Amino acid sequence: MTVESDVLVVGGGLAGATAALSAAREGASVRLVSHKDSTLRQASGLIDALGYVPPSRAAGDAGPGSDPTLDPTAGRTGALAERRPDPEGPLPNPFERVDALPDGHPYRLVGADAIRAGLALFDEVVGDLYRGGHTERNALLPTAGGTVKPTARYPASMAAGLASDDAPALIVGFESLPEYDARQLAARLRAAGVPFPVAGVEVAFPGEFRDDARVTRLAGALDRNEALGGDGTSRTGTPAREALADAVEPHLDAVGADGDGSDGKTAARVGFPAMLGDERAAAVRADLADRLGAEVFELPGGPPSIPGLRLEDRLFDALDEAGVRIETGNPVVGRELDEEGRIAHVLVDRKGREIPYAADAFVLATGGAVGKGIDSDREGVREPVLGCHVPHPEDRYEWFVDDAFGDQPYARFGVAADEALRPLGADGTVQYPNVRVAGATLGGADVAREKSASGVSLATGVVAGRGAAAVALDGTNGTDDAAGDTTEEHE
Amino acid sequence: MASTPHVVVVGGGSTGCGIVRDLATRGVDATLVEKGNLTHGTTGRMHGLLHSGGRYAVSDRKSARECIEENMVVRDIAAHCVEETGGLFVKRPEDSEEYFREKLEGCRACDIPVEVIDGAEARRREPYLARDVEKAITVPDAAVDPFRLCVANAADAIEHGARVATHAEVTDVLVEDGAVVGVEVEHGDGPGKRSDHGPEGESRPAPGETETIRADHVINAAGAWSGEIGAMAGVDVAVRPSKGVMTVMNVRQVDTVINRCKPKGDADIVVPHETACILGTTDEEVDDPEDYPEEEWEVDRVIDELAELVPPLADARTLRSFWGVRPLYEPPGTGTDDPTDITRDYFLLDHDERDDLPGLTTVVGGKLTTYRLMAESITDHVCEKFGVDADCVTADEPLPGSEDFSVLRDYMDEFGLRSPVGRRSTQRLGSRADEVLKTDEPNPVVCTCEGVTRAEIRDAMTGENGAGADLNAVRIRTRASMGNCQGGFCAHAIAAELHPDYDEPTARAALDELYQERWKGQRHALWGEQLSQAMLSRTLHALTLSRDADPATLDDDVDFGAFDEGPENGPDDGARRDAPAGADTGGGR
Repeated sequence: MTVESDVLVVGGGLAGATAALSAAREGASVRLVSHKDSTLRQASGLIDALGYVPPSRAAGDAGPGSDPTLDPTAGRTGALAERRPDPEGPLPNPFERVDALPDGHPYRLVGADAIRAGLALFDEVVGDLYRGGHTERNALLPTAGGTVKPTARYPASMAAGLASDDAPALIVGFESLPEYDARQLAARLRAAGVPFPVAGVEVAFPGEFRDDARVTRLAGALDRNEALGGDGTSRTGTPAREALADAVEPHLDAVGADGDGSDGKTAARVGFPAMLGDERAAAVRADLADRLGAEVFELPGGPPSIPGLRLEDRLFDALDEAGVRIETGNPVVGRELDEEGRIAHVLVDRKGREIPYAADAFVLATGGAVGKGIDSDREGVREPVLGCHVPHPEDRYEWFVDDAFGDQPYARFGVAADEALRPLGADGTVQYPNVRVAGATLGGADVAREKSASGVSLATGVVAGRGAAAVALDGTNGTDDAAGDTTEEHE
Repeated sequence: MASTPHVVVVGGGSTGCGIVRDLATRGVDATLVEKGNLTHGTTGRMHGLLHSGGRYAVSDRKSARECIEENMVVRDIAAHCVEETGGLFVKRPEDSEEYFREKLEGCRACDIPVEVIDGAEARRREPYLARDVEKAITVPDAAVDPFRLCVANAADAIEHGARVATHAEVTDVLVEDGAVVGVEVEHGDGPGKRSDHGPEGESRPAPGETETIRADHVINAAGAWSGEIGAMAGVDVAVRPSKGVMTVMNVRQVDTVINRCKPKGDADIVVPHETACILGTTDEEVDDPEDYPEEEWEVDRVIDELAELVPPLADARTLRSFWGVRPLYEPPGTGTDDPTDITRDYFLLDHDERDDLPGLTTVVGGKLTTYRLMAESITDHVCEKFGVDADCVTADEPLPGSEDFSVLRDYMDEFGLRSPVGRRSTQRLGSRADEVLKTDEPNPVVCTCEGVTRAEIRDAMTGENGAGADLNAVRIRTRASMGNCQGGFCAHAIAAELHPDYDEPTARAALDELYQERWKGQRHALWGEQLSQAMLSRTLHALTLSRDADPATLDDDVDFGAFDEGPENGPDDGARRDAPAGADTGGGR
């Protein structure tokens, strides 16, 4: 038994979903296989494109020795964080500084127009779940870390939090959620110089929940507007949204009261941890906003990320609508080449049986080091699904530098590709002509410092998906002509 | 002596903490100064083995006897710091039969209770032992938490009137008229370098200040750094620092201490410790105890060689590696070449007799297992000098936290904690569990890897002998951030607990310090699972929380007006506009 399709996408994160949608829109029959939960549920829900250009060795910002945070350390001791040079940014426009990124960066391969194409596709798919498509400018959003982060798109649930807005804000924290302390967070935003007065308050999440109740449990209570309190006889309790508004309302006048220099402002907007409901999130916010007489927004933060889950749901709905067949839970465990060195099929482990999945073209979007799309041991770094070449220093003590936030070589580990996103072997030639690589599986980007993770996935997802569809539909067999078509688009 | 003598102890390792406790409980006025955290030097950088003495039973029977005696004492006085794991000396086919026999005889001669078991029995007890392990000697090795042990000693000293000042670096030893009369210390001024505890009501120097502490006697217990302290007083203390690597695994492949039964060598011990196993070690003399290379071959050697005893170690996940420096000492003129041959015994150097410099005594060498005995002998020595007539009680009086160990019970219901969390908190806190965990406030788990709750973290910050805003000191007291994620998921949450006692800039600096410290050890485990974890932590802290490019720390101000101000350019759009009640546009549609 062989499963066949025009295009097979391996990986179900943002890059894989984008590639699958792009290929389907070109008219290809597309199948997507995904092994584990996507990392979307660990991401904050922000869709960044490019927020900073950090200094890097690859961009020639520093010769050896001139900037200690750039040099591999080979086991020396000592922290150098204090001497970390500032990055360029935050960038008001994510497209203008693509050329400042190092050679081989995915954006340098696909160009700024591919970022635009990726964002356009994203806007179309998510509809009113997201904001930011009205402008090419980046937005600055306050985060759960008390910083402001540049991003190209942001969930509607975070729209009222824009840091460029001067409306007074109150940040709410819940005593039982340890991720941040709202008062400390507000002080940190003030230290960042935000143009709005801001204060923080910690309140008890209403109702009788365990101290270590998961945020998804609390989000569910708001989603269903559960009656809280009482002695378990829920009919007599106050609905969760009302109870929450009641807990926050007395603090709305706190803005200005804790040393931000303004006097006694009333909050026009209130920020919460990103847990205001799930399926009925907008209704939760609207309800709270009405009761508080203030806008309501969520703060992007760490896992488990409810905005990430909301986005994942939306993407998979779009894949369904586009006719992409999706299989989750089964790993790709091997691959077979044809006589021309192309991938003929991959083997998918379905309950212990290895089933061949054949396709004319393949998109590799298995993620980076986080999800083991790029794997390693003490001997080296590899791409485990197709065996693509991953350039890396032979000595593993050259994979890192001393400063945790420095120019870490490991952060850029991934498959090297040409402009059509075909994987390049150790000799610099195309390794598999009918494969396109997308997202974090590609090397060359330091998405954490650049704030470019989603943009890289979207831009390369579109290029990889279209390229794969061209191979399948035009019979171009992944020759340079097909690559030419793709690259023309952005030149 | 008319009044109570004042004794300054330099060094907050196990030896110094033991000495200050002993002095204080005998009624001597004592001050301990430590340049970093308690355990900052060697004590905090060891594998946590409470020796049975078996290791020295062939080569050094005096040490072996001391070890077994003190092993039993520490189990009694510090029950909440010790896990009674037991130990094995295992023999592989290529290891010498004759040495195995010598080891057995040596243990018996030193009154170390032993038993010989065959390979099958050894594997029944420890299923991951290699199939070709032939036989083993059982010994009463145990695992000890050196942080908890030192903190408990310091806490008891403070309770008895001593002063304990951390981040207080000795910058000079004061010598007047040919005698040592005190020390000059510089108090640190970084985040949390503010831990200075002692009798209430006394004024304390501010951070960054230099203080002169006069003393009737100074005890140099600075371990690998005691040569430097000696030099300040003009005496020669020839410590020979020797480094060794410890590699931390993410799970316990074994629940028993596994030693290889061979004469000597690197990479021959696995110690189960809390949720992890620690592999050790190497032994290489270094010039400077502060600055020495941490090398790849050392990590590879402990993994590869110990995988011969416990094969799954070869491909198991390691969390980090760290290095410690042994303060080896041998009397001048001994001239041993190989550091592995230098005695592990301790020495008391009376500089009055030795160098004609009264007022100073140095204690060097030794090992954590016998810390209390060393402390007792040096305290005896000082008390004799000053005619203090008081008995040593440190072998009999339990340390704070171990007074009544029957409190180990299920705290799940009482404190609203899930069962494993409650159990682990109680194990860490011992008899202090009630005092720390009974709170009316919400008490969520802050560090999920190690199951550390807010109450424990706050106690570590603010309690008696608290760590202040020094999150690495909070870490060693609680184990928060010491699990799989190495702080990735919890470092920021731990820093959030600093509000309101510390201001925002202090909390931010403290967070960076903890995060960078956690990164330092992970560099040596940067492959496979831990590389994934490092990438995930970087993603959370730099990508999501943007801590690497915080506008608060950048040189240039941010031009907020240059960024998106919303589709309608004002504060009136947003939640209400896009979602009229009832018309739901939320996710999952």
